[in-house]
Amino acid sequence: MSDAFVQLSDLTLSYGKSVAVPNLDLSIREGELIALLGPSGCGKTTTMRAIAGLLSPTGGTITIDGRDVTRVPANKRGIGLVFQSYALFPHLTAFENVAFGLRLQKLPEAEIKQRTEEGLATVGLTGFEKRKPAEMSGGQQQRVALARSLVMRPKVLLLDEPLSNLDARLRLEMRTELQRVQKETGITMVFVTHDQAEALALADRIVLMKDGKIEQLGTPADLYARPETAFAAEFMGFENIFKVEGEEIVTTSGRLPLEARPESPILAWRPDAVTVGSGPHEGRVAACSFAGAHREYVIDSALGPIKADAAITLPEVPLGEAIRFDLPLATARGLAA
Amino acid sequence: MNTSMRHLANWSILGLTLTFLIGPFLIIILAGASNTEYLAFPPEGLTLKWYLKVFTVESFRASFLLSMALAVFGTLAALLLGVPAAYALNRYDLPMAETVRTIVAAPIIVPGIIVGLALLRYMVVPTGVTVTLALFMAHTALVLPYAVRVVSSSMTNLRADMEEAAVLLGCSRLQAFTKVVLPNIRGGVLAAFILGFVTSFNQVPVSLFLSGPGVRTLPIDMLAYMEITFDPSVAALSALLAFMSLAIVFTAERLLGFSRYV
Repeated sequence: MSDAFVQLSDLTLSYGKSVAVPNLDLSIREGELIALLGPSGCGKTTTMRAIAGLLSPTGGTITIDGRDVTRVPANKRGIGLVFQSYALFPHLTAFENVAFGLRLQKLPEAEIKQRTEEGLATVGLTGFEKRKPAEMSGGQQQRVALARSLVMRPKVLLLDEPLSNLDARLRLEMRTELQRVQKETGITMVFVTHDQAEALALADRIVLMKDGKIEQLGTPADLYARPETAFAAEFMGFENIFKVEGEEIVTTSGRLPLEARPESPILAWRPDAVTVGSGPHEGRVAACSFAGAHREYVIDSALGPIKADAAITLPEVPLGEAIRFDLPLATARGLAA
Repeated sequence: MNTSMRHLANWSILGLTLTFLIGPFLIIILAGASNTEYLAFPPEGLTLKWYLKVFTVESFRASFLLSMALAVFGTLAALLLGVPAAYALNRYDLPMAETVRTIVAAPIIVPGIIVGLALLRYMVVPTGVTVTLALFMAHTALVLPYAVRVVSSSMTNLRADMEEAAVLLGCSRLQAFTKVVLPNIRGGVLAAFILGFVTSFNQVPVSLFLSGPGVRTLPIDMLAYMEITFDPSVAALSALLAFMSLAIVFTAERLLGFSRYV
C-alpha cells in the first residue's frame, strides 16, 4: 500500500520461546484513528509496544512515514504513548510532567513554557500547572499524560486502554475529547482496547485481533454489521451463534428447522434480530429483564438458551411460561466456518 | 478481667518496656556526670568534667574520625552497590533472585564475630591488605543489606511504565533512572544512608577483629580505654554518641518521615 503511514510487514513478536504475534501485516494511514481490539492475550498490547519500540521484533519490519524504524530505539522514534496507568512522574508538577520531554530537547525556556501551556490548554487543564499527580483525579491525570505526549508532536500517538480506568461519565467526556484532539492535531492515533463499544465509538477503522493474528479489519459499521467469523460476530454482540446442517440449526442440546437451506455453515443473530411473540418455535422464558426501550429475554429452547429482545409494546411473558419465537433467515448473518 | 485491671496491666507493661529501653540511657548519662575517679551509679556528686575530658583524649579523637570516615564512606560505597542491586532485583525477573536476596542479607544474619574472624583469617591475613582498607570493606559489606532492603522497599511503588514513559519522551535508560527513578526513591536512599551510618558507627564485633595497632574504631577504642582506665569519661562519651544518633534520627524523621522506610 502506498498511502501507508505506519506499515507493519511480516512482524513477528515473541517473549522467549512463545510467539505472541506471528507474521503480522498492517497498514495505517496518516491521520487515522485506529483501534486494536481483542480479548486479553490477543497480541494487541504487544503490537502496540513494538510500534513504540519498547519491544524488539524477532522478525519483520516497522516503517513509519517512509522510514524503517525497526532498529531505531524507543527514545529516538518520535512516538507518543499514553499508558493505561498514565505513568506520570509523581515528583513533578503537571507543568513539569508536560515539559519533561521538551526540556530533554534543550529547547529555549520561552518555547518550553509556551508549548507546555498550549498542551495543557488543549486538554483543558489551564490553571492546574502547579498540581502534583497525587492532587489530581484520574481523569485529570490522564489529560496530563495526553498533553505530555502531544507537546512532543509525535508522528504517531499510541493509547493503551485510554478509557478503561475512567467512570462512565468521564469515559464519554474523554472519548469526545480524544476525537476533538485528533481532529485538531491531525495526529495518527492507535489505541488498544478490549471493549468493542469503545472501539466502535472512537475508531475510524478497527483491527480485531485473535491469537496474535488479525481476525478482521474494517470500519466500525463494517465490523458491526458484517462480521465474517464466529469470533468477530461474538465480539460484535451477536449473542446467538449456531451451526447449520442442511436445513436445520444444530447444537449439542438439539435441533430446529429453518425455512430454507442457507448458504453459510454458521448463522448468527443479535438479540434484536430474533422474532419474539410469534413464529414457528416455542420455548420457555428462563429470564427476563427490563432494558428501557425493550425487554431482554433468555428463552429456553430446543437449541439451549437463546437471547432475544422484545419490543416494550409486547405484553411481558412471565418466567417459566411458553413463548413463541423465530430465527428468521432474513435477519441472520452468515459466517464462514 | 475488668476494665481497670486491664488498664493497670497495659500501663505496667508499657512502663516496664520504657524503663528497659530508656533506663540504660539515663544510667549512662548520670554515670558520666559522677564526681568520682571511677564509674559510679548512682553518681556521687555531679560534674561536667568527664564530658569535657572526652574531647581531650587524643586516641578518642583519632578513632572518632576513623569511625566517622568508615560510616560515611562505607555507607556511600554500600549505596553505590546497593541501589543498583535493589533496582535490578525489583525491576527484572532475575534467575536466582531469591538466592541473591538471601546472600545480600547474610551479614545481618551471621553473627558479627564470625564475619570478623572470617574476614581476618581469609581476607586480611592472606592478601595483606591494610587494616584501614579491611575495615572499610567490612563496613561496606555490613551496611549493604540495609541499603538493599530499605531502597528496595522504596522502589516497590515505582512502576516500570514510568521509566518507559521517560524513554518515549526521549530519555536514555540511564537518564530515565536519574531523572525519574532516583528522585522518587530519594527518601529511601537517605533513610538507608542514616540507618547504614548508625549501624556502621556502632559496629563492634567485626571491627574488633580487624582493628590493628594505631587503627581503631571508636567503640573498640572505648573498650581498650576501659581496660586500662575506669573513669566515667567512657560513660560520658557513650552518652554523647547516643545523643548524636538521636539527633540524626530525629532530624531525619522531621525532614523525610524516616520511619516510613525502615
